Parts: sequence; structure tokens; C-alpha cells
Amino acid sequence: MRNTWTKASPGARVLRLLRCDDMKCMSQLYRFVVIVTAAVAAFATTYAAQTLKAGVFDPPHPAPDFALQGTQAASFKLSDYRGKVVVLGFGFTSCAEVCPTTLAVLAAARRKLGVDAADVQVVYVTVDPERDSAEHMKKYLATFDPTFVGGTGSAEQLAAVRRKYGIQAEKKMFGDNYAYVHSSSILLIDRQGSLRALMPYGHSPDDYAHDLRILLAE
Amino acid sequence: MRMRPALIALILAGAGLLGAAAWAGWAPIQTPVSREKVFEIPKGTWARRMAGDKVDILPSEIRLTLGMQDVLLLRNLDDVPQTFGPALMMPGQSFRLPFEVASDYQFACTAHASGQMTVIVAPRPDSAWARIQWRLHEWLAPRA
Repeated sequence: MRNTWTKASPGARVLRLLRCDDMKCMSQLYRFVVIVTAAVAAFATTYAAQTLKAGVFDPPHPAPDFALQGTQAASFKLSDYRGKVVVLGFGFTSCAEVCPTTLAVLAAARRKLGVDAADVQVVYVTVDPERDSAEHMKKYLATFDPTFVGGTGSAEQLAAVRRKYGIQAEKKMFGDNYAYVHSSSILLIDRQGSLRALMPYGHSPDDYAHDLRILLAE
Repeated sequence: MRMRPALIALILAGAGLLGAAAWAGWAPIQTPVSREKVFEIPKGTWARRMAGDKVDILPSEIRLTLGMQDVLLLRNLDDVPQTFGPALMMPGQSFRLPFEVASDYQFACTAHASGQMTVIVAPRPDSAWARIQWRLHEWLAPRA
């Protein structure tokens, strides 16, 4: 049988594949689909790496999972939100400036996304277990956006979560009161659960909306 | 009337200085091929730290310039995860952080005694005075 495959134009090859009805042809079709899918995935990853406003991890690694007491349920795991883009931050409700600013920016970014915001989950983990009970965090986070999930637990549990993400938090005494100096960056985790990017403090809601749209579209 | 050699030297030096200032202020600054400022954790860094070596890779203050060198690229070439500036990086992983707004950015960083790392992002030097300052800084700053 004459091999006309190599002489056919790319368009003719695709048409032939779509009409295939034997095993050899099916295998070629399968190979074609795999190659196209890989090419699209590679292009999407490269495109995201080049265009995110946030700092990008390359290659991305799975976001370490953790389980904490939650504000929406008695307990939750990060992996419960697989399928959504997770915006993960660390802070405390008594924070005077950085945390309220960040949470307000994240709430504004979600509003900018419209209906797509349903696929974005903000998870805010406290660094201050003494003052941040799940109930208190729920009330506090609801003032920004009622969909925000707070995470709390024992000091050891929270320290273990911070270690997994390289988050710093140091307690500073001010007379009888105290505050925390902590990492203010926000982590972006894609639908597959990969830690993709880190957004430093100070970015606008537009920047967050821009990056979240890219991650949501993947 | 004969001029004294010292006076001639002074006039020549002044003219040279003015010429250099004019060049520094008005000559356009070439945009570099890469806008990335790269820092790498070499293989074996963790082992060296464990052996008691003080290994400083990332300075506590990094200066970038918008439109010139405005991307921080960190690479972990070591065999263990490393907290490098703001990011926890896995072995073989890189972290590419672009900046679009001129400002001072503070990051918590345990690698420094102050516990902080500052990235100072300056605006692109578009005025003559800004170009002179930028060239002076480039000339005087120690090479990373």
C-alpha cells in the first residue's frame, strides 16, 4: 500500500484522522491529540510564566496540604479546594495595616472577577492563635468578603503550616500588647493544587484580578 | 601672558568634568539585553552552612531600575529546599519576580540579621539629572 501520509498536507492529515475507523488510524489520532494537548499546556504554562504580575515558581511544585480549624466548617484541608484557584495568605486579625489592606484588596479583586470569583477561594491563616479563634476570624473576614475562609489551630499546627510555605512570623511585645511581624506576600495556587506564584504586598486589585483570570483560564 | 601649568591643568580638568557630566546626563542609557538580576544558591550551600560556614548570597538591599533591570530571578541549585528572599524554593526551582512600580519593597527574610530584605525599585532614569545619578550609582556600586 502506498504511504500517502507523508505527502499529505497538514490539513488533509487532520481530516483523514477525523474519518478514521481502524486501530492504526485511532492510534495516530490518539498521538495527535496527546501532542496537541501537550503543546497547548506548554504554551499556557509559558504564557502564564511570562505574563503574571506575581513572582512565578518554575517549575511549580504541589502546594503542601494542611488541615486546620476553619471558619466555614469545624475543620478544613487546603486540598478541599482543589479545582478552584486558591489565594493563600497569613496574618492576624489585630493587624493594624498590612492584613486589612491585603484582605480589602483581595475582596476588591474578587468583585472585579464577577461570576468567575466563584472559582477563587481566599484562605487566610492566622499567625496569632491566642486571639484568633475560628469564630472571631469568621466575623472579621466577613467584613471583607463572607466567602473568605479563615484557618486557625494550635501554635504548633500553625507553625508547621508556615514552615511548609517558608512564611516568617515573629511576635513583638509592645508594653502589655503584642503584634506579629510576618510575611506579607500572598500565594497563588492553581486548580490542580500547584503553588504557582507569590504576590508581594502592595499590588492592586487589578493586578490580582489579572493573574487570577490567567490561572482560572488554564 | 603665560598661564601657569597648574591653571591649565585645572581648566582641562574642569572641561573634562563638564564633558563627562554632559555625556552622563544626555547620552541615552542602553536597555540591557536581559532585565533580570540573578542570584543563585549554589549546590552544596546547605552542607557548607551545616559545617559552620557563613554563606551570604542575597544582599539585604537590592536595587533595581524600571525598564532597565526590573526582574529579580532567584535560583535554588542546592539539593535541599531553601528560603531565599521572600520565597521557599524547592531544589532546582527558580522564582522570577517582576516589578512594575517604583517603590521600596520589604520582605521578611531569615537569611539576614535584620530579618528583612529590601528591594528598592527606582524609576527609569528619564531626566538628565536622573541619568547622571544612575550612572554614578552603577559606577560606584559593588558588582553583585
